[in-house]
Amino acid sequence: MGDIALSTDRLTVNFGTFCAVNNVSLQLKRHSITGLIGPNGAGKTTFFNALTGMLKPSSGWVMLDGIETTGKRPDQLYASGLARTFQIPRPFSRMSVLENVMLAPLAQRGEHLWGATFSSRKVFDQEQKIRQKALEILDFVTLSALVDHEAGRLSGGQTKLLELARVLMGAPSIILLDEPAAGVNPTLTNVLLERIEALNAQGTTFLIIEHDMDFIMSHCNPVIALSAGEMIFEGTPEEAQANTILLDAYLGAQASD
Amino acid sequence: MIGVISYLVFFTTIAAILAIAVLGLNLQWGNTGLFNGGVAAFFGAGAYATILLGGTPQGEHIGGFEIFYPLALAGGALCAGLLAWMVGLLTLKLRHDYLAIATFGVAVAFESFVRNTSVMTGGALGLRGFERPLEALIENPFLYNILFLLVVVLVLASVYVFLQKLLHAPFGRLLRAIREDETAAQSLGKNPSEVRLTAFIVGSVIMGLAGGLYATFYAFISPQDVVPTLTFQIWAMLIVGGAGNNLGALVGTFLIWAVWTGSGWCLSKYAPVEAQIYTGTLQYILIGAIIVSMLLWRPQGIFPEKLVISQSGD
Ligand SMILES: Nc1ncnc2c1ncn2[C@@H]1O[C@H](COP(=O)(O)OP(=O)(O)O)[C@@H](O)[C@H]1O
Ligand SMILES: [Mg+2]
Repeated sequence: MGDIALSTDRLTVNFGTFCAVNNVSLQLKRHSITGLIGPNGAGKTTFFNALTGMLKPSSGWVMLDGIETTGKRPDQLYASGLARTFQIPRPFSRMSVLENVMLAPLAQRGEHLWGATFSSRKVFDQEQKIRQKALEILDFVTLSALVDHEAGRLSGGQTKLLELARVLMGAPSIILLDEPAAGVNPTLTNVLLERIEALNAQGTTFLIIEHDMDFIMSHCNPVIALSAGEMIFEGTPEEAQANTILLDAYLGAQASD
Repeated sequence: MIGVISYLVFFTTIAAILAIAVLGLNLQWGNTGLFNGGVAAFFGAGAYATILLGGTPQGEHIGGFEIFYPLALAGGALCAGLLAWMVGLLTLKLRHDYLAIATFGVAVAFESFVRNTSVMTGGALGLRGFERPLEALIENPFLYNILFLLVVVLVLASVYVFLQKLLHAPFGRLLRAIREDETAAQSLGKNPSEVRLTAFIVGSVIMGLAGGLYATFYAFISPQDVVPTLTFQIWAMLIVGGAGNNLGALVGTFLIWAVWTGSGWCLSKYAPVEAQIYTGTLQYILIGAIIVSMLLWRPQGIFPEKLVISQSGD
């Protein structure tokens, strides 16, 4: 495996005549926590959607572990180790927190009609293992008190943690987080950051969209910036802070919000 | 007295057969969120195919293959599944209201098909003269009906147990996740179209099984049995009972069927003769009013879906 976990080559997404992502070429270093910043409407979420197969790019390529994956479906990419969370969380509302997490593992025997009908010892054992792991992960994200709660009733912050837990079940090698700290109280944000650091230490690569500058500056390196669909900056957090173009793009847009 | 018991046997048999179809719809709508507006077509496919496969040859007609009854019944259910497979491949990309309209269209087309394909389905007159299994051996019709009821209840119980097992397995979790948020499920490696198609086919096979039993019970099937009314009744039963809850589906079926037949009986007994020609219409209005009040005051049904929690199942 090379040093580059995920890369894009001139990736472009058009909505009609509007270009939301414009010729973005990015190389995501393995084991890094890369921050992706940019004003609202810059195309960050659209970029994630194109990376994870939820949108077909208009042109350009995506490579995962050096293999071209442009146009693959989200479920196929998840199976190759690429997982994401959503800016607006998408819990399975009328299911328990535990069920939300137990859904995630791949290749569950009992998910097939045959396996579910004639559930054998093997299906049962696998289910027990999945349950065990789900409980451990829910503990890891501090949700163990809520395992039997309806997911639709969690707070915004808890839902973000639930999405993280779901994603962790599959032990993906690359995790894309879309504004994980937005709407989350500082205590939970710290929990989240701690968990991200711990997973990163174990080898997981992260690409994180975030508006919280403290979050970005103290935990992400490198930092990448998008503005109006174009990549306008790539560098260390220190360089980002010193970069006037970036400040103009960011602060200008934020001021006009 | 024997008259009352005999009527109860009749009532329970029909209710139990309809309950099987309601369980099939519950798998599709309650658990997977697939809006099947053409229940009558899948019920009808099972009914017609069972009679065609198991019946005796009738003059010029195609059909009447005299297949061993249990196989004919299974074949009927499989035909419903085949229809669901074809319809599913074409329509399952559609969401909610569009899927409802498309499947409703399928049911209208199906009714029109059986009404017009006289050479196979007997057209508007339907298919008569089906020889019910073992009927020649059991001379007492009352006894026969009781035996038939037992068989129907046995089938209903098996379908119920089968579905409960599916729903408590990871398969059920997968269906619920697709129902709740397909995009999120796909981002977690699941293949929504495959899951939707599977649930649609299994649910339709169960409806076809109900149709086969229904046609067997009356030894007769005609286009009149597969009109949209049936779809409406099956939906009413599920909504009132509680979508997503199989026990609710059973209770809802018996309740709505009791209201339906009870109101019919009351009208025929107490309503003035001039009003009696409107009996069917009045029944619809009554059931319609029940659905509307239910949706307004208790949309989750009498028995709401239960959250699957960690203590359950083991
Ligand atoms: N499905 C879509 N159709 C049309 N325009 C879209 C669609 N999704 C996003 N956009 C537009 O693309 C631009 C980038 O959106 P987005 O990627 O959500 O920005 P960000 O996540 O950086 O805030 C916005 O102007 C948005 O209105
Ligand atoms: Mg966004």
